[in-house]
Amino acid sequence: MNQSLIEDLRRIASYAVTRLLMLFITVTIGVYLTIWIANMGGKLDELREVQIRDQTAEAVRADPSFFSLPSDEQQQLVEQQVQLEIKRLRLDEPFINRSIDYLWQGMILDLGRAENMSSDSGSRQVRDIIVERLPPTLLLFGTANIIIFVTSILAALALSRRYGSPADRAIIALAPTSAAPSWFYGIFLILIFAFIIPVLPAGGMVERPPPEDKLLYALSVLEHMLLPLLAMFIGAIFVSIYQWRTFFLIHSSEDYVEMARAKGLPGHLIEQRYILRPALPPIITAFALTLIQLWNGAIILEQVFNWPGLGTLTFQAIGLRDTPVILATVVIYAYLLALTVFLLDIVYMILDPRVRLQGNN
Amino acid sequence: MTKYLRLVSRYPSAAAGIAIITTLIVMSVLTIIAIPYSKAIDMWRGGEQWQDNPINASPAWSNWFRDKKLPRTIKVASNPADIVETEIGGVRRALVPIEFEYNYDGFPSEVNLFINTDSEGPQPFARITWHTPDGREILISGRALRPNERISISQDRGLERRLGAIPHVALFKATNSDLALRGRYRAEVEVLLFDPNATVTAQLLSYGRVHGIAGTDHRRRDLVIAMLWGTPIALAFGLVAAVGTTITTLIIAAIGVWFGGRVDATIQRITEVNMILPLIPILVMVGTLYSTSIWLMLALVVGLGIFSSGIKQYRAMLLPIRESSYIEAARAYGAGNRRIIMRYMVPPVLPVLIPGFVSLIPAYVFLEASLAVLGLGDPVLPTWGKVMNDALSQGALYHGYYYWVLGPALLLMLTGLGFAMLGYTLDRIFNPRLRQI
Repeated sequence: MNQSLIEDLRRIASYAVTRLLMLFITVTIGVYLTIWIANMGGKLDELREVQIRDQTAEAVRADPSFFSLPSDEQQQLVEQQVQLEIKRLRLDEPFINRSIDYLWQGMILDLGRAENMSSDSGSRQVRDIIVERLPPTLLLFGTANIIIFVTSILAALALSRRYGSPADRAIIALAPTSAAPSWFYGIFLILIFAFIIPVLPAGGMVERPPPEDKLLYALSVLEHMLLPLLAMFIGAIFVSIYQWRTFFLIHSSEDYVEMARAKGLPGHLIEQRYILRPALPPIITAFALTLIQLWNGAIILEQVFNWPGLGTLTFQAIGLRDTPVILATVVIYAYLLALTVFLLDIVYMILDPRVRLQGNN
Repeated sequence: MTKYLRLVSRYPSAAAGIAIITTLIVMSVLTIIAIPYSKAIDMWRGGEQWQDNPINASPAWSNWFRDKKLPRTIKVASNPADIVETEIGGVRRALVPIEFEYNYDGFPSEVNLFINTDSEGPQPFARITWHTPDGREILISGRALRPNERISISQDRGLERRLGAIPHVALFKATNSDLALRGRYRAEVEVLLFDPNATVTAQLLSYGRVHGIAGTDHRRRDLVIAMLWGTPIALAFGLVAAVGTTITTLIIAAIGVWFGGRVDATIQRITEVNMILPLIPILVMVGTLYSTSIWLMLALVVGLGIFSSGIKQYRAMLLPIRESSYIEAARAYGAGNRRIIMRYMVPPVLPVLIPGFVSLIPAYVFLEASLAVLGLGDPVLPTWGKVMNDALSQGALYHGYYYWVLGPALLLMLTGLGFAMLGYTLDRIFNPRLRQI
């Protein structure tokens, strides 16, 4: 017994390392592709060069100490400074060299200073900006995901016990409403609860100015979270319940469940041991997959609710063409996705009894 | 086929879905016939052609639900027969009356007066008065006229100060209530002409607060154009994206399954990289940096969707087919790889994919809308998402222009529901295990 446990752990560890390596390579390739897209295959650098030239020329022209210089000397000075700046940003090298640099910096999230953006605390370090925006996103989407997941599983179990009931029919009828994304319901919710009956804030994360008191601050955040949470809840809950209910129904028509019933086991025991236990790996998979989808949808929902998270940051960074920040957000997304996939793999492996069976053979 | 039709008709939600989809398709076809593509783009570009429309007017039918009726746009031109001319010492005095019936309780959104004169020599001079149904006379302005004079009564600050309220409200307000006074109004333009041959015509434009079936936006454009043209665009985008991704993914999965080994492994690895790439940030990035053309977005969605997570699911379906005896038979008669993949492996899986495919369409319709709401809509085409984006960026909810958001939202919802309802039912029909439940 003990030996087989060690064997299991060894297998899990070696599997984990292989998976981690694979995922790391995957993330690297993904990030590198993004670097190319974000720089328009190097074309963005030409734009930046023009921008540098304009700014330098403007600076030299506006500086009173250069007023007395003849215009060709001014021209020379501008050219000199432009070349220096180009050297500093290494724009004179082929893009491929810099792209490798970007990749390395991106992967270790050491992207230096943002070009145009700054964090709310005033720092221009990309890392500070990201670190500031990550918690709101995790808070909102983590909470929403857990609420949706737990509610839908419980509701689905309850419905699968008496399918065909009016509640069950209602869920089937309502499932197609999940075709609309959460931001779509968000707009309706803002319309109703922020404008027609103004009881909740239309956007943002905390009231302005933020309350000093910790408790009041938390309450204010909670108040601002209600509408986006509700939007995500409405957008996902019905289809989620529907799918789980169908899933449980299929599982509860298995022979071994019939057998358990025939033995006269009580309902909750059947659910725990014969329906939920074998269904656990797919449930975990589905949970992780919805997580991935939610990361993707975050950018629009955050934009609609003006939530100061990663999604809004991505959007702002793209608008300002701030390559380091764009890159950093994509890297963070990629890492979050990879982490989700990795955890999924590991949990799956621990939960799936076949892994242990294979080990014993 | 008839068997499936009969099955579908047993599910009311599928019937409703089909009805909605058919309506949308008919609407699209009629729209494309009635308003050709180039004309739609031209109309949506806005400008002069919409100058007679009010800004941000609600749909006309919203009046049914109101106690206090809001006005439509009233456009009255002077009648040449009503013009009274008198001559005093070489100067002609033309009295141009403009009369109209006003049967609303709300106030107009804007009132403009246009006076056209063709006179040479000294500029004609006009004195404009306003006569309310209860007999009050209000002096609006006296001024020299250019040949095509546009008098923005609503923007006349002097008049506003004199009347103590915004002109288009003060001119229509009843003395004893806060509502507009119903009845016959008369604007009188008295013009002094110094050229004996000159003629004068005048036109009064009282912009309403309701307009058409869908209302108007901040650039006076009739939203009906966007509502109508949004339909074929949304359907085309959803359909092409869903077909494109489903078919290509299926073929890629079939190639992987058929060749196996390294090809299969490569495909799986690409799929994993692709799953890491965040779709919407990439679309936003390309939209901001390159172009927001809807066709580019479509190509990108299909391109990034080829190696989607669906490959794993399709592989599971294709693996048993690969081992089946008819494939062996095909091989025996000497069928090539391509023939086997395209003729024998892909077709049997297609029906199983239909429910998922139908449910995929609304996802792409909403994706297009999402991009537009982020401000990355196609630069020239009128789409539902772009209308919503305009509305949200103009603070439509804050100002109470709910129709502006609700119109496109309703159509989006209808499209989404139509396809989703059909998709779910098809899923239950094609998936035998679900049918028993």
